Formats: sequence, structure tokens, C-alpha cells
Amino acid sequence: MDLSYTPEEDAFRAEVQAFMAEELPADIAEKVRLGRDLTKANMDLWHAKLNARGWLAQNWPKEFGGAEWNAVQRHIFDEESNAANAPRIVPFGLSMLGPVLQKFGNKAQQDYWLPRILDGSDWWCQGYSEPGAGSDLASLKTKAVRDGDHYIVNGQKTWTTLGQHANMIFCLVRTDPDVKQQEGISFLLIDMDTPGVEVRPIILLDGCHEVNEVWFTDVRVPVENLVGEENKGWTYAKYLLTHERTGLGGVGSSRAGLETVKRLARAEVQNGNPLIQNPHFAARLAKVEIDLRAMATTNLRIVSQAAAGDAPGLEASMLKVKGSIIRQEINDLARRAVGPYAMPFASEALEGANDPVPDPLDAGPVAAQYFNNRKLSIFGGSNEIQRGIIAKTVLGGGR
Amino acid sequence: MNFHLTEERQMLQDTLRRYLRDQYGTERRNRILESDAGYDPDIWTGLAELGVIGALFTEDQGGFGGAGFDIAVVFEELGRAGVVEPMLDCGLLAGRALAAAGRSDMVEALIGGELHLAFAHYEPGARYDPEHVQTVCSDGRLTGRKAVVMHVAAAAHLVVSARDGDEIGLYLVARDAEGLDIRDYPLLAGGRAGEVVLEGVTCAPMGVGASVLADLIAMATVAQCAEALGAMETATALTRDYLMTRKQFGRPIGAFQALQHRMSDLLIELEQARSAVINAAGHLGGPDQDMTLSASKNLIGRVGRLVAEEAIQMHGGIAMTQEYELAHIAKRIVMADHRFGDEDYHLERFIALSAA
Repeated sequence: MDLSYTPEEDAFRAEVQAFMAEELPADIAEKVRLGRDLTKANMDLWHAKLNARGWLAQNWPKEFGGAEWNAVQRHIFDEESNAANAPRIVPFGLSMLGPVLQKFGNKAQQDYWLPRILDGSDWWCQGYSEPGAGSDLASLKTKAVRDGDHYIVNGQKTWTTLGQHANMIFCLVRTDPDVKQQEGISFLLIDMDTPGVEVRPIILLDGCHEVNEVWFTDVRVPVENLVGEENKGWTYAKYLLTHERTGLGGVGSSRAGLETVKRLARAEVQNGNPLIQNPHFAARLAKVEIDLRAMATTNLRIVSQAAAGDAPGLEASMLKVKGSIIRQEINDLARRAVGPYAMPFASEALEGANDPVPDPLDAGPVAAQYFNNRKLSIFGGSNEIQRGIIAKTVLGGGR
Repeated sequence: MNFHLTEERQMLQDTLRRYLRDQYGTERRNRILESDAGYDPDIWTGLAELGVIGALFTEDQGGFGGAGFDIAVVFEELGRAGVVEPMLDCGLLAGRALAAAGRSDMVEALIGGELHLAFAHYEPGARYDPEHVQTVCSDGRLTGRKAVVMHVAAAAHLVVSARDGDEIGLYLVARDAEGLDIRDYPLLAGGRAGEVVLEGVTCAPMGVGASVLADLIAMATVAQCAEALGAMETATALTRDYLMTRKQFGRPIGAFQALQHRMSDLLIELEQARSAVINAAGHLGGPDQDMTLSASKNLIGRVGRLVAEEAIQMHGGIAMTQEYELAHIAKRIVMADHRFGDEDYHLERFIALSAA
């Protein structure tokens, strides 16, 4: 047992810190710090800077233009990225589709699509969930019927994150309705400019437009956009989901959130003292920080296992459950910290009010984030699904 | 012991519940949320005509209720439907301030739904401390700042708390008075509020002070607890319906024991919340008022968070969408913890009062 990083890892961390200091634009970092919405241009710019450095596709093999970092390097980057308030890397092309194409795509698909992910030519979104198929993903109904050199796609996807920015969507579609659910699913790449594709916004409870519905009406998709074999899509989807699940402990995000809470609680005054000295608030804060310290080590244990080549199984589920609970608790503390100023909506509407007095509304939309982050325990396999996986692994059989 | 509502209160509850069920559905309410005014004048008039505002006043004051259980009945129903019209601030706080000051002409207009007032008491930096008043009255003029004043832009007058020397008093100010500046904004859980800056604003003393203010906040605390309870009842009912209808893995998700037990816990805690509201309403104005109110508000804060979060979690993604009823209801429940003292504030107050 040795909890310290190697000299090489420390040097790598310094390199990442220097990159953040030089390359991360201050206005974007400030938006991230205050939890404000980033524009597509903000995200594109950050991707371009990372790509120029060769750090965009961190988990891709070098042959595909990736950085081929190991799990510890990715973890260090995640920590420093959060500490610097850098935007998160939009995962759909880079962490999700990329690995699937590398493992199951043909040469032509790899040669065409992978460089376009790196240089930002394509913005991908994920067409998995449907209105009736959330945690029970295999029950999806969107169907694709072969017609000569095309598939004709009809159906509806939902919870499509950042679909409003996307020009491409990777979809799970039903190509054989007559077999066991998991055996009739295929993995299709669909150009969103094709006639019959319609994107409708879903406004979330915090008022933000982050997710969408995507409707398909007689959408013609060329057969060369089928990834792998027809009716084998479930295998690819599961492979992709294991990639989605790594990093869901969200240690870096929780640390940044904790800093926000501390900043707010130092500024707030209760009974003549800073809120951070209030025994009840301080106890809440300390407990979640204690949990986070332990979880960070759990995360590192899993990271070093993964660096040694072991795929995380049940540990990923544990990390996702605990990580989401901790992150949500931190969001809860932030809303408590600002007191009555949790109530105003969208304080960016008030930006520019020329006021010499420090603006009490400038707490950032902490209550909106509290509500938005309820999603952490719902998406990517809800915490109930994760607990089911853990229980099934340990207890076997019955649910 | 009698835990039944009186005939009058039962009628009030039935009438109000029916009215809101018919007039205040999700679609209309969501249109109100997105409107510029942040409330619906027709609903306000409708509530006035039903006698809902009058129920918040005693007969002496020109109403027909005014006790803790009248307040609780009204606000539980408003909470059940997620009503954003300013019944608490305009009807109860400003209204009862006017009544205490003997301004029966204004009370009458307010009960009739014709007069809107705002209640401007809490200040930036005060958090939930009702005695933190730095606005001053000097030579009949007010100077200071007030925080998150509900529906202030729609009000004709403001009831403002201020210090004259050591004494806290309430003052009446016209909304369009010179020196009064309002920064108006929407609220996360619906409705609007504003930051109020007063710079030498002409005011009329209402002749009431700290003890009336304390009574008002006590009444408002009962109202806020009851409103949260009503919203929790809706959240729980929606969750129950969803568990019985939503199918995953070939069966209703309510068939999974893990969710059954969590639903049961919600129901158990909901009964705790109901009793806490009964305690608060029953002890309003009595010798055990302060401890009871802090006990109730603390419990409502704790149970509220549990109910809001668990209702969202058991629904899954659908509850995250603005247009679904639970989204608004959950926000009302959580934001109830941000008025008149949150869970921690009332825990500390309960401890302090217990030790006294």
C-alpha cells in the first residue's frame, strides 16, 4: 500500500495544470464555476484546444489519434480539469461512439467517422432511451426495416442530451421483432439532416434545455451506416454502457461542488458569524467531505485496477450509487447555504445590473443545480438498477 | 379530543379543492408560471369570491375565520394544487398586518380581491432572522433594503418593517413612491419577487411593532407548513399512481419490493407531516406556540426533502420535465424550506427554546 503518486504521475499532473492555466479561457471557466449554461461555441472551442494538444480522445488508442492514457492519467486529468473549472468533454462521440467503432466498426467507418469526431466536424448524440424504455432499455420499439440499400426508420427516442447541437445520432433500433428482445436490436448511425428526423426540446424542471425528443418518420438510412452485424446491437450497446459508467463516481465534480459550498458558506452570515462556523451547517459539510475522501480512495482503487487491465464490474455500480448520493448532498448544501436567495430563478437575467453593492443574487443558480442533479441517480442506469446489479452479483438469481 | 374539521372548515376545504381541481390544472398553472405577471388575476378574483381570503381573517376583522386551522385548511389546498398566487404574502401577512393596525377599509378591499399588497420584511444578509432589521425610519422616511419580496411588482402598497430608534415598527408605503426601487425577477418555483431598495421613501406608520410582526411570522409559518403538506400529498399521490401504471421489465414498477418499501416510508412520513401541521395550527397563539412551530417547520423541512427527492427518483426521468405536474410540486416542497426559517434554523431555535 502506498497512497502517493509516482514521480511520472506528479509530472503529468503539473503538465495538465500548466495546460489549464495557459489554454482555458477565463470567461468559460467562470461560467463553469457559477454553473451557467455553456454555448455550443464554448464547448467546440475547448474541444479544439484539447485536440490541438492531442488530449481530446484520452482513452482512444494512438492508432486512431487518441492519447491512450491509462486510468490513472485520466483520473488526474479529471481532477485538474474540475479544479480549474474546465468544461467537461462532451462524451457522446469521444467516450461512447468512438470505442464502439474502434471495436466493432469496419475500416471504412473508422477512417471516415473517427477523425470527424476529433476535429469537431460531427457532433454526436445518443439515441438509446425511449418513452417506454428507460431503465428497461432492451424493450425499445424504434424499428428499422431493410429496403434495398437503406433502412427505413420509424419511432421516437427521448432524453437525447444536447441533441439540439448534434448533426449525427447513434441509435439502437429494432430490426427483428420476432426474437427475444435483446436479439433483435441493431446499431445505426443516422444523419440528423435526413428528411423525417425531428428534434423537439424537453425543458427540464430547472428551466434548462439540455435534453430532447428525437422523432423518426420514414427516415432513410444507408445500410453502410450499420455498425457491426445486424441484430447484434445489444452487445455493442452493453460495451458502450460500460464506458459510460466509468468516471461516474464524479470525484472531481464533487470536489469542485464542495469548494462552491465553502465559498458560499464563508460569505453567508448567520447570527453574526460566517455560516461555515455554524455547528449544524459545519457538521453537514464535514460529513459529506468525510464521505467524499473515502469515495475518492475507492475511486482510485478502481482506477488502479482498471489501469492494470481489470474491467470494473460491480465496483462501477457501487461508485455510481455512492458518487451520485455524495454529489446530490453537496448540491443540497449549496441551496441551504444561500438561504432565501435559493428562490430566485435564472440570476443571469440580472447580470449587468450596475450595482456597487455585492449582489446577493450572484450566488449562482444553486437551487436549479440541486434540481438538475437529481438526474445523476436516474440516468445511465438508475441507482435502483445499479443496486439490482450489485445484489444479483452477490446474491445471485431472484430480483 | 376531536380531529375533525368543523362544518364550516370542511365546506371551505371541499369548495376550494373543487375550485382548484377545475380551474388550476397543470396546463393552466404552467401557463401562469410562464406569464409575465407570474400570477393570474382571474384566479385571484375567483379565490376572493369563494371567500378564501376572508377565511384568513377573524369576524372582528371582517372575515370569517382567522384561526390556525382556518389558515391550515386554506394553505393545504393551495399547496395541493401548487398555487403561486400571493395568498401568503398579500392575503395573510400584509392583510393581517393591516387588520392588526385597524385599517378596516383596506382589509375589506383586500378580502374582496381588489387590493394587492406586498410584505417587505426580510433583508439581504438576514437569512431567516426575523429580528435582523436594518431599514430605518427617520422623520417619516424609510431607508434600507429588502430581500426576495414576493409579488412586489404587482402590489399597490408595501408593508415594510423598519427601526425607529430601537423599536421595530411596520410602515405602509405606496409602490410608486419616490425613492423606491424594485428589481423584479421570476422565482424557481413559480411566481415573482423583487429586491427592494428604499432611499428616503415617504411612509405612513401603521402603529404596530415587534409583537405583531412576531405574530405574523408565526401565522405565516403555519401557512407555509400547511402548503408544503398539501404539495407533499400531491407528490405522494402522483408517485403512487405512477408505480401502479408504469411498466418496466414486464410489470408495474410498484410490484418491485424495493420501491414498495420506499413508498411505504413516504406514507409514514406524510402522516408525521400531517400531525406536525395539526400541532402548528392548534398551538398558534397559545403558550406553546414557538416550540411547536419550530418543531413543525423542522420536521416539514426534513420530510419535504425526502418526499420531493423520493417522488422524483421513483418516477425517473419524467419527473425531471418542466411540463409534468410533479416538477412544479417538488420545487414548491423544497423551496418551502427557504422561507420563515429552514430545517437547521428551526432545529437551533427548538434547542434554544428547550434549554430556556
